Amino acid sequence: MSASIAMAESSRSGAHALLDGAQTAWDMLSEEQMQKPITTGCEELDTILGGGIQCKAVTEIGGIPGIGKTQLGIQLAVNVQIPVQYGGLGGKAVYIDTEGSFMVERAHQIIEGCIADLFEKFEHRKQSLVCPYILQPNSFLANIFYFRVCSYTEQIAAVNYLEKFLEEHKDIIVVDSITFHFRRDFDDLAMRTRVLGGMSSKLMRFTKKHNLAVVLLNQVTTKFVDGSFQLTLALGDSWSHACTNRIILYWNGNERHAYIDKSPSLRSASAPFQVTSKGIRNVTSNCKRVRMM
Amino acid sequence: MSNKLISQMGLPSSLANVFSARNILTAKDALSLPEFDLMALLDVDRDQVRTAVARISEIACPPCRTALSLMEDRALTGGYLPTRLLGLDRALRGGIPFGALTELVGPSGIGKTQFCLKLALLAALPSSYGGLNGRVIYMDTESKFHSTRLIEIGRSSFPHIFNSEGMAQEMAGRIIVLRPASLDELTERENERSTTGQKQHSCHLPLSFLKSLAEFSQIPIVVTNQVRSQNNYEVVHYPFQGNTDRTSCMLEKLESHLIASLGIQWAHAVTIRLIFEAHSGQRFIKISKSPTSPAIAFPFLVKSSGIALLSDEGLEVTGSEMSTIRCEGLNVLVEGAEPFPHLGC
Repeated sequence: MSASIAMAESSRSGAHALLDGAQTAWDMLSEEQMQKPITTGCEELDTILGGGIQCKAVTEIGGIPGIGKTQLGIQLAVNVQIPVQYGGLGGKAVYIDTEGSFMVERAHQIIEGCIADLFEKFEHRKQSLVCPYILQPNSFLANIFYFRVCSYTEQIAAVNYLEKFLEEHKDIIVVDSITFHFRRDFDDLAMRTRVLGGMSSKLMRFTKKHNLAVVLLNQVTTKFVDGSFQLTLALGDSWSHACTNRIILYWNGNERHAYIDKSPSLRSASAPFQVTSKGIRNVTSNCKRVRMM
Repeated sequence: MSNKLISQMGLPSSLANVFSARNILTAKDALSLPEFDLMALLDVDRDQVRTAVARISEIACPPCRTALSLMEDRALTGGYLPTRLLGLDRALRGGIPFGALTELVGPSGIGKTQFCLKLALLAALPSSYGGLNGRVIYMDTESKFHSTRLIEIGRSSFPHIFNSEGMAQEMAGRIIVLRPASLDELTERENERSTTGQKQHSCHLPLSFLKSLAEFSQIPIVVTNQVRSQNNYEVVHYPFQGNTDRTSCMLEKLESHLIASLGIQWAHAVTIRLIFEAHSGQRFIKISKSPTSPAIAFPFLVKSSGIALLSDEGLEVTGSEMSTIRCEGLNVLVEGAEPFPHLGC
């Protein structure tokens, strides 16, 4: 008698747990509309993204070497920290570096560029909105939490450990790149797919539970399709289902472009962007590149 | 980190025993398996597996650092090896960075080895002369290291140092030249997986080793790479770019007929790529991939004192030209190119 009551209760609490996590579509809409996206620094790119990188979603960004993936990753880790009074999220960033491409001097440069642009934009408001000490490069640097991962084991361990680490408020996780350690060392491709699947579902859970954005940078590889080689993002077909949104950075003539390859809510579109000494910015109309000082 | 033993992680002993009974001894063994597979293998319930995996992950995870502490460390170590080529150092914000992998790629005979010889000297020079006062390991896989040339560069660039008593010997004595005969010798590792023998695997053995070495010891590591011809099937585009003009495609392919060896995976892995190329009657050093610099090409010459830039301003390079390697008008692919190319252009 008591056993069956216990079983009935546990099944009811199980059902409650599932129902507790559910929302009506209307609630989700209100939430989505209130959720501020993270600006990329380039207005045109923000526009095709619906304002910027969405929180509560996993976005994959891929491209050939040198196109600007790491630049965009660092820019997002900086822009998420723009204070609320300046129109940002006032958040913190986790940066998981698997390749050693994060150069802290470049992050410092991008932060200085971001602060300079914010001051310029809000110059007409004479009263200072935020105490100056918050807009120091060092405080931005202090809010980027960096993990240097040297093998796929460490990568899996870091994602698992984030479960605990994220209990303190964070707003974006950038993984640069998700691919590096998984393209070698794995002889059993089926197992690789399962491990990657586990990792991606965990990351997706983080976005919902902690209300943050996950940005995964990916490399490219070639695929033989329809009689010719084509570029495609690495890790195979089953991985391509793991992310909510996919953006491909590519060269269009002499300009860098971003293309929305896959998204449940955004239209396929392309926007030009530029990598300057200040970071990711719009393409200037007179096409004069900013020279490095 | 991945080889840490589970037995030393402070798991409850019953659980630790189950792991070792199933031959799951290191963090790598445990974390390579999906949760479900672990449950089935160990025959324990989900909560126990989750707690165990969380504990293993916490220990195997690399330590978290803020970018601020990284910056402070960087300030202490200095961070760069200046190349003494003003335009290049300015663009690279100081020179060849510590803790990262810098690649020099270009056709043979163009000047990569000359650049390397100069860098080796600069690293060995005392700090009072702007060097790192350090020792250099020079891995010479193609037998291109000539100490006569090294001394000549030294005498030409820093006559006051090299002409003083014993300094030439001291400087040259700080450079250790290794001549590995094969890849295996380089990494001193038996290739257990020699049966799979895929090219991608063997390319990554020295790669991860070099990168870890650079980062943990915070030294600059410079590698040179060869070029190969691009075949007609070389890919240019993504599927969504499908409607590009066929003729312009063909033109692109014909013009850029050289690419760096070791493929796109290697290209992703290096932090900085400097392309040495020749066109329009001159040789150029082009910053092709760099986190801190836009793509700029500097014309250069090889002199008795090493490489010298003809212009510190450099030309901006945009678009796909950033990654192409041109070799026109210079007979550099001839067999047995002279070891001391005192060429003017």
